Amino acid sequence: MKMEAIDKSKLLRHTPNEIKERSALTINPAKTCQPIGAMYAALGIRGCLPHSHGSQGCCAYHRSALTRHYKEPVMAATSSFTEGSSVFGGQANLLQAIDNIFTIYNPDLIAVHTTCLSETIGDDIPQIVNKAAAEGKIPKGKRVIHTNTPSYVGSHVTGFANMVKSMVDYFSTSTGKRKQQINIIPGWVEPSDMEEIKRLTGLMGIKSVMFPDTSKVLNGPLNGKFIMFPDGGVTVEELESTGDSIGTIAMGLWASEAAAKALDTKCKVPYAILDLPIGLKATDRFIDAMRIMTGVSVPEAIEIERGQMLDIITDMHQYFYNKRVGLVGDPDQLIALSEFLVSIDMWPVYVVTGTPGKAFEKRIMEITAGSPYEVKVKAAGDMFLFHQWIKEEPVDLLIGNTYLKYISRDEDIPLIRHGFPILDRVGHSYFPTVGYKGGIRLLEKILTAILDREDRDSEITNFELVM
Amino acid sequence: MPDPVKEYMDVLDPEEFKKEVLSKYPTKVARKRAKQILINRPEGEPVQEIGANVRTIPGIITQRGCTYAGCKGVVLGPTRDIVNITHGPIGCGFYSWLTRRNQTDPSTTEDGHNFMNYCFSTDMQDENIVFGGEKKLRQAIQEAYDIFHPKAIAVFSTCPVGLIGDDVHAVTREMKEKLGINIFGFSCEGYKGVSQSAGHHIANNGIFTHVIGTDDTVKKGKYKVNLLGEYNIGGDAFEIERLFEKSGITMVSTFSGNSSIDFFANAHTADLNMIMCHRSINYVAEMMEKKYGIPWIKVNFIGAKSTAKSLRKIAQYYEDEELIARVEEVIAEEMPEVERVLEQIRPRTQGKVAMLFVGGSRAHHYQELFKEMGMIPIAAGYEFAHRDDYEGRKVLPDIKVDADSRNIEELEVHPDPVKYNPRKSPEEMEGLKKKGFEFKDYEGMMAEMPGGTLIIDDISQYETEKLIEKYKPAIFCAGIKEKFAIQKKGIPMKQLHSYDSGGPYAGFKGAINFYHEIDRMVNSKVWSYIKPPWKKNPELSARYAFVA
Ligand code: SF4
Ligand code: SF4
Repeated sequence: MKMEAIDKSKLLRHTPNEIKERSALTINPAKTCQPIGAMYAALGIRGCLPHSHGSQGCCAYHRSALTRHYKEPVMAATSSFTEGSSVFGGQANLLQAIDNIFTIYNPDLIAVHTTCLSETIGDDIPQIVNKAAAEGKIPKGKRVIHTNTPSYVGSHVTGFANMVKSMVDYFSTSTGKRKQQINIIPGWVEPSDMEEIKRLTGLMGIKSVMFPDTSKVLNGPLNGKFIMFPDGGVTVEELESTGDSIGTIAMGLWASEAAAKALDTKCKVPYAILDLPIGLKATDRFIDAMRIMTGVSVPEAIEIERGQMLDIITDMHQYFYNKRVGLVGDPDQLIALSEFLVSIDMWPVYVVTGTPGKAFEKRIMEITAGSPYEVKVKAAGDMFLFHQWIKEEPVDLLIGNTYLKYISRDEDIPLIRHGFPILDRVGHSYFPTVGYKGGIRLLEKILTAILDREDRDSEITNFELVM
Repeated sequence: MPDPVKEYMDVLDPEEFKKEVLSKYPTKVARKRAKQILINRPEGEPVQEIGANVRTIPGIITQRGCTYAGCKGVVLGPTRDIVNITHGPIGCGFYSWLTRRNQTDPSTTEDGHNFMNYCFSTDMQDENIVFGGEKKLRQAIQEAYDIFHPKAIAVFSTCPVGLIGDDVHAVTREMKEKLGINIFGFSCEGYKGVSQSAGHHIANNGIFTHVIGTDDTVKKGKYKVNLLGEYNIGGDAFEIERLFEKSGITMVSTFSGNSSIDFFANAHTADLNMIMCHRSINYVAEMMEKKYGIPWIKVNFIGAKSTAKSLRKIAQYYEDEELIARVEEVIAEEMPEVERVLEQIRPRTQGKVAMLFVGGSRAHHYQELFKEMGMIPIAAGYEFAHRDDYEGRKVLPDIKVDADSRNIEELEVHPDPVKYNPRKSPEEMEGLKKKGFEFKDYEGMMAEMPGGTLIIDDISQYETEKLIEKYKPAIFCAGIKEKFAIQKKGIPMKQLHSYDSGGPYAGFKGAINFYHEIDRMVNSKVWSYIKPPWKKNPELSARYAFVA
């Protein structure tokens, strides 16, 4: 068999143009495993220490990945399974861990998530936690919650959704008295995005409980102190009160639906599931949903922000028009981003997530209906396939996490970093991409990428000063 | 002359420190940790026993990772031309994808193969957990072969694999036969052993069994060596290669920085094995000595003086005047620049205090660089080393093999009937030893640390915080998970696994890079901005109070 010659100038030099059907081998994944999502979500509860019930490697990997993305301390403990625990189960390890954590680190609560190992063994976490309580290992007023995160199902997004749902399962209570507040489940977005969503609800004059809330936890200041449990995050009290809210806005079907549904079932809090408020139209829907749910009117301040965003879109439309974009990421983000791109006449042509779900493919096809280009979309896909699509026919712009930089360099296509993980740039934890302000930032990023490219590639004769 | 360590540690007696730290722990935990925290005794007294390579206490917040990380991540990860398939759910493979900064230069192998930028996984799903994953693994190997036609494929098992009973060795054997390329598996499930260390051992066994000695091509060169336990983080191996080339020493293989499986295959044709990271790779050296008759020595290319010393040691081993002279020339050429930079920087670093808690050798090796800068390592410890890495190899006979270590296979190795060839006769070895030359010796960290310093094994987050609070070091060295908690306190933290984005730090040029880097970190003005002006002079605000 003749092999394609290797182009030794390439990073991904072994990726052939020809696409072969694969049924077993994932190459360059576009997802990771459940527990890291649960860990991220748990960091958004005030005073909470996430705990990984399994071998210590999982915990080390998750903490490292989150730390590299946020450049912030990410604290979590582990049950440190050994061969013995893998045979007899991890009960003794978890009991000891709970005791040690409360004695040494004294969090308000511990949020346990499982791993492949403890799931395969079948450890019953609530039973172990009950035992810990019976043995007096959980100090008065402290809590231990849990969620199941088998990594061989779904993806990191599923783990996030599971932990958020557990917050409802463990805490939400309805006292029978409605509170003048709404719940916001922001989905897996950056701390900066959570902050921005809170700012918008504030502008609307609405009281809200956001869970989880990692703002001020994973984008904290440097002030000479290390505080293990910073003053960010949703409090347990607030979580309890979610059962009395007048409604829930859940953002992103994949990350937030489970919790919203559970809250409706448990406490009869009606919910609306929206796309992540990325881009003009999705933000419009978010603002409008809040308006309808609470009966307040939209303040001028918000309309000004909207108008500013629209101003940029119309001013710079010529640069967006009919550009081809390839995206890799998580379903909720990709859906919102795709709609945003289409709304400014850019076209997502290749869209890949590692997270499974046929509904995702259907939704992207709906959003891109009417595209002048052939659109390829894949759930449970990987970046290897994505790259091969690009080799068949290139795109003008890439949007996705840091791993795309290899494709970006090999194929000489500009990359906008978005999603998880971003290992090589800062900004995502401080500057949102949700809301109109976030939309302005995204537009700026897109324009900068496109115009920098034009500047680089233009001939001496048509190099432009004014663009 | 005043003893700087004593002066420093007198601020807070380390014994007091230990007591205070332990007092926070539940009794059982305190008892265990007490064995892993020592105050180093001055020279002359017998070395104390430290608790090491023991189980991490659940819930304590450890630095440690797992066996898979040690096997796939550390030892095999840097080999560019093996398709490394992680057999398990997606996470483990994803996290070990390019995150260790192992550099590689594929132009040194003709075929140009380099799979390091790829991540391969069987991404097991629940049906594979229930019904077994062997079929999927077999298919994955086939697909990897069909798409890439690599020279070799390796399979790494993650936690659930062992539990559901997939036999990766049977599958890899079968596929090796079918496809006719080298295919082998590792049972490096994360729960084996107590840390990454078990994974190193498993990796060593695997490379030894499946790769080393499979190609008898003898490279040209008079002085042929292997460098073991050097992973080319930030380009360290490139710098060492440069020095070897300059000295006329031929590197047959590096385990495993900038490596190719081709180099491993004829590693047995070298005449000397040198160990950098004793913890992660001493097994291969031991086994190669038994099977092929290649002696091993401990070297260290971290620190300019250690680099010079190590080069001299190699030359001494060959007992060859030409090489001895050449090495001296190289050192003479390289050292002036090192000294020039040191002279500039040392006044700014002299007397400052460093703490190192990392890995299985670096917490020791990097002390050399700090000492060259006049800095004082007052506390150090490993993440996953064994007693011999602390106390020296002389304690090996006394180390009790516990249940966790017993789970890791010790290969039985015998001299190869054909390829065994003692590179030095017993008389020659004796002769060298008489001249003070040490074979297979590692003195460990403790012998080289000043008395009264703190040695802490598998340090916890809590202990880290306490150390910093009490002793306020000028710099702390550890890994990414520790980094930002330390820096929040206003203390610069240098990653010694991945070097942040720096390096190389090995060899002479590396030493210079490191001096500059540490100078930048401990003397930077950026840390001085923590207090805003209004917090520095709060009384002023009253005097100028605004009255509406
Ligand atoms: S895939 Fe499973 S074993 Fe691997 S890191 Fe994730 S939870 Fe741990
Ligand atoms: S101890 Fe450090 S240098 Fe040695 S293998 Fe481990 S990470 Fe690498």
